[in-house]
Amino acid sequence: MINIFKRFVDKVINSLFRRKRNVKLGLYGPPNGGKTTLANKICQDWLGEDMGSVSQIAHETREVKVKDKIVIKRDNKELTFKIADTPGIATRIDYEDFLKKGLKEDVAKDRAREATKGVIEAIKWLDEMDIVVVVLDSTKDPYSQVNITIIGNLAARDIPVLIVANKTDLKRSNLKKIQAAFPQYEVVGISAKYNENMDKFYEALFAIAG
Amino acid sequence: MITMQFMPYSEIEKMDSSSRIKKILGMAKKDKIVLLQGRLTKKEEGELIMKTMEEIDEKFHGIELSIIYPENGANGIVSKMKNGFANFMLGERQGLTIVGPASIVKEIKKNPRMIQLLTNEPKRTKKAKAKTKKRR
Repeated sequence: MINIFKRFVDKVINSLFRRKRNVKLGLYGPPNGGKTTLANKICQDWLGEDMGSVSQIAHETREVKVKDKIVIKRDNKELTFKIADTPGIATRIDYEDFLKKGLKEDVAKDRAREATKGVIEAIKWLDEMDIVVVVLDSTKDPYSQVNITIIGNLAARDIPVLIVANKTDLKRSNLKKIQAAFPQYEVVGISAKYNENMDKFYEALFAIAG
Repeated sequence: MITMQFMPYSEIEKMDSSSRIKKILGMAKKDKIVLLQGRLTKKEEGELIMKTMEEIDEKFHGIELSIIYPENGANGIVSKMKNGFANFMLGERQGLTIVGPASIVKEIKKNPRMIQLLTNEPKRTKKAKAKTKKRR
């Protein structure tokens, strides 16, 4: 309740004094949805550098990574963002899954331990965010409980949400299924890896952040 | 053998959030699939995930969670009003929550009209494997 009130007061003050604020933007979603790929794309577009490493093995990002003062310009408007790339949220983490991907046992166990801490950290950071982009893999089932819980928690905190259906370059991608699952939210289909539809993404981002 | 335990909402109604989560997670850790009448609040769902992460070790690999919300599929104005009224009267008593240990529940598939609980193949011990060999 206090957060909602604080956000409302911030919004009123910002609009009154036209202050250029640092919008805290969180990238959330299940593991391997492409959060870091999108974070890297944004950072490359506006800072000319990457944010973090990406991997085919889940839970590559195991702690919240923050990049400050990213100025994004669009149609004579500019907004400054503080972007937080968060670890993928999951309800299960089994080190044996990492063994199957070829990691050694001690490395797999460490990765699992760090991943559990990462999930906790990501959820704790929710309260810090002004807006959140939920990054989903458009080839996967959107009705998973993790997706619903993330979006439900954001709604409960009154945090504006933009849903990104990533990996639209893949054949199995199904943007319509994600739109049908979350009809009350704007869903933008992109391929962060291949720079597809990023213009639409920035347009939607400005619509909820501006 | 898979054990499913039904829990009426009255069992957790008067508990605070952390006690509710502790109870549900405790049952999942005992390899039981919990069918809870009603649902947790959105924040409690987040807390359940955090608590689950704290408990994960080499034996306990987490949970599979699925919540059926009563408002799913309500499109018309009348249906929405009915749901709104039911929500006001019953609160979190509506719906169904399924929580199972990841070692047993492989996946809970859900779409607005159907829910499927897929279990893992039980891990066979060396003794069991030897028995099968002997029979052959």
